[in-house]
Amino acid sequence: MKDFWRRYRRNKGAVLGLVILLLVMLMAATAPLLFPGSPWDMAGAPFSPPGEMGMLLGTDSLGRDVAAGIAHGARISLLVGAVSTLAALLVGVTLGAIAGYLGGIADDVVMRFTEFFQTIPSFVLAILLVAIFTPSIGSVVFAIAVVSWPPVARVVRAEFLSLRGREFVQAAEVLGKSRLAIVVTDILPNALSPIVVLSSLMVASAILLESALSFLGLGDPNLMTWGFLIGSGRSVIRLAWWMSVFPGVAIFLTVLALNLVGEGLSDALNPRLARQRGAGA
Amino acid sequence: MSLLRVEGLTVALPSGGDRPHAVEDISFSVEAGEILCVVGESGSGKSITANAVMRLLPKGLPVRAGAISFEGTDLLALAPEAMRRLRGQRMAMIFQEPMTALNPLMRVGDQIAEVLRVHGSGADAARRVPELLAAVNLPDPAAIARSHPFRLSGGQRQRVMIAMALALEPALLIADEPTTALDVTTQMQILRLIREIQSRRGMGVLFITHDFGVVAEIADRVAVMQHGRIVEQGLAAEVLNRPQHPYTRALIAAVPHGAAPDRADITAAPVLELRQVEKTYRRGGLFGARAVVRAVHDADFSLRRGETLGLVGESGSGKSTLARCVVKLVEPERGTIAYHGTDLRPLSRAAWKPYRRRIQMVFQDPYASLNPRRTVGETIAEGPVTHGVPRAKALDRARDLLRLVQLDPGAMDRYPHEFSGGQRQRIGIARALAMEPELLIADEPVSALDVSVQAQVLDLLADIRARLGLTMLFITHDLRVAAQICDRVAVMQRGAIVEQGRTAEVFAAPQHPYTRQLLDSIPGRGWTPPAL
Repeated sequence: MKDFWRRYRRNKGAVLGLVILLLVMLMAATAPLLFPGSPWDMAGAPFSPPGEMGMLLGTDSLGRDVAAGIAHGARISLLVGAVSTLAALLVGVTLGAIAGYLGGIADDVVMRFTEFFQTIPSFVLAILLVAIFTPSIGSVVFAIAVVSWPPVARVVRAEFLSLRGREFVQAAEVLGKSRLAIVVTDILPNALSPIVVLSSLMVASAILLESALSFLGLGDPNLMTWGFLIGSGRSVIRLAWWMSVFPGVAIFLTVLALNLVGEGLSDALNPRLARQRGAGA
Repeated sequence: MSLLRVEGLTVALPSGGDRPHAVEDISFSVEAGEILCVVGESGSGKSITANAVMRLLPKGLPVRAGAISFEGTDLLALAPEAMRRLRGQRMAMIFQEPMTALNPLMRVGDQIAEVLRVHGSGADAARRVPELLAAVNLPDPAAIARSHPFRLSGGQRQRVMIAMALALEPALLIADEPTTALDVTTQMQILRLIREIQSRRGMGVLFITHDFGVVAEIADRVAVMQHGRIVEQGLAAEVLNRPQHPYTRALIAAVPHGAAPDRADITAAPVLELRQVEKTYRRGGLFGARAVVRAVHDADFSLRRGETLGLVGESGSGKSTLARCVVKLVEPERGTIAYHGTDLRPLSRAAWKPYRRRIQMVFQDPYASLNPRRTVGETIAEGPVTHGVPRAKALDRARDLLRLVQLDPGAMDRYPHEFSGGQRQRIGIARALAMEPELLIADEPVSALDVSVQAQVLDLLADIRARLGLTMLFITHDLRVAAQICDRVAVMQRGAIVEQGRTAEVFAAPQHPYTRQLLDSIPGRGWTPPAL
């Protein structure tokens, strides 16, 4: 573990990403303390620019505090990112493991099913799903999970395919271990690194997807989200730039941080690759 | 003046290595018209030596001291451009891995022509390329010159590499384990070829190898390396038959002697009988021709209690596939695999489970056969735990087994990467023995190991077999190893057993032409290691 942290630290960008991510999490956790009350409540005069009337980031067209919106929105963004990624991992790892370990017809069936999802543009499918199930936090998470599991399944399948033929898996087979035990105790632990890296990037894309859905007005109407803030501010962007820019910056920083963390994890989990890259640069 | 003279050469290793220098204070010379073999185990610095002469060392390995002179020129002081002119023209190199040493996108003939062109004699390439290919005994040189490397076998590619190396008639040829990746019959052809060309052209050859059989086959003089130093050098006959240095003596003592022990016939009841087992691999599908490979056919054998049967053959002969059929890692289409009279082939996964306790396997690659994320103790104990032995008891037993395979029981809580290849192979053997099997299948258990470690693992297997009364199916490509450990041998070629019988008889009077060819190809057959 100490070794892991030492390798992670070598990537300066990844450390920065982790710091930003922790700050966003802190902001999300302390939002009710920093900005008590609902972010939907009127807090000052409409269209106050940043810094005026005690509003750090200004107010929107209805006088709501943009800073409060961002802090409360962070909770929703992180929640949606984490839950939808977990759901996508559950589906993707299971299907990928079945396809990669069993091979043959099972592999064909699972992969054609996966391709079926991959051939539909994921954002269009997400909009469709949310529209069908009426916008709510549950349906948004469901839609994002549905469109983001196929890459997981493919990565896990590839890992399982290559690990399945390794001698230590054959040895487990010869010891008479059950299929489930082999998958869970022998193959999965050795396939974990790419899954961990991929999932950090999936959280980032889930946050982007959620923001895009909210921007189009397909977010949960009862919850303040970053995408909603940008969406509501876009019609007055020339009048009041702060309404769209600050939530945009929040999304940008969070997604950037997650990508940096993902790269750092990848370096720390594959030390040999990272060293080569370092030597090449 | 020597062709090549290396004096006091010291090459540094990056800090944090297991020793400060890759090679330290080594001196040797190669005369025109002689073959100097540099022999040593992996990590002894022999390849570094070869690369230092060619000035092919990576940046991380700087030359700290010493001189390398070639035909009187100091190579270490030479400008890169002058060095480049020497390479290929006056000194050439062949590498270990023929499968990756050729450019896969370029026709073989063009690659040889390139060597000529780079050194300014590209004009007569059209005439020289077929000549060179003919000189390395490749059939139909014109056709070979037009093919891409993927069409050629490993042995053919190594011949092409040799043709490239010889294109400009160099004075010095450096060969870095040129036959290690090849099958034994191909190895013998390549060794003969190098010897023949060398004597015809009067080249000096610096030949790197780990195999004393190869040394006996080809060397005029020998330098033995250990931990980056030359511990002994002299005439081949001297070093091979009267080694002085303790390390050389240990290495030569570890060489499988190839003499078959005369064991009594075993007449116990058969444990395993294979009848008409067939496995065919089909490739390709809806489109294009289907490729059909008969991996195993006509490979009947029976194995009696307490007996060790060796399955020998070259790569692709189906010996590993046959062994994997026995443990259901590969499912044959046909035939019976009778274990004490019960046919195991049609059994389901669940019905097979009780037999897993009785039949165990040791794998070839000690680096791939242990789960890198589990401790050694868990790895050894997991078999019995799977079959219902209480965990604590299984772990206790694992500790005993580590002692049995001569490892410290303190190894229990460590991970596989902390162990050397030989130690890992012992762990693999302990894992198989934890099930208290009756039949042990050993799939090339020593072929990835250095010769001294190989001897230890073979001794361990022989000891365990005697102590526990194991029946063993031993797969190997090395006939010397087979001779040493097996009661009977079965020779496989292209998926079929072509000859089987008592080891001593097969070795003394081989019946099948392929067996004869294999036996003739054992490198250093004319040399009997001295009793030390």
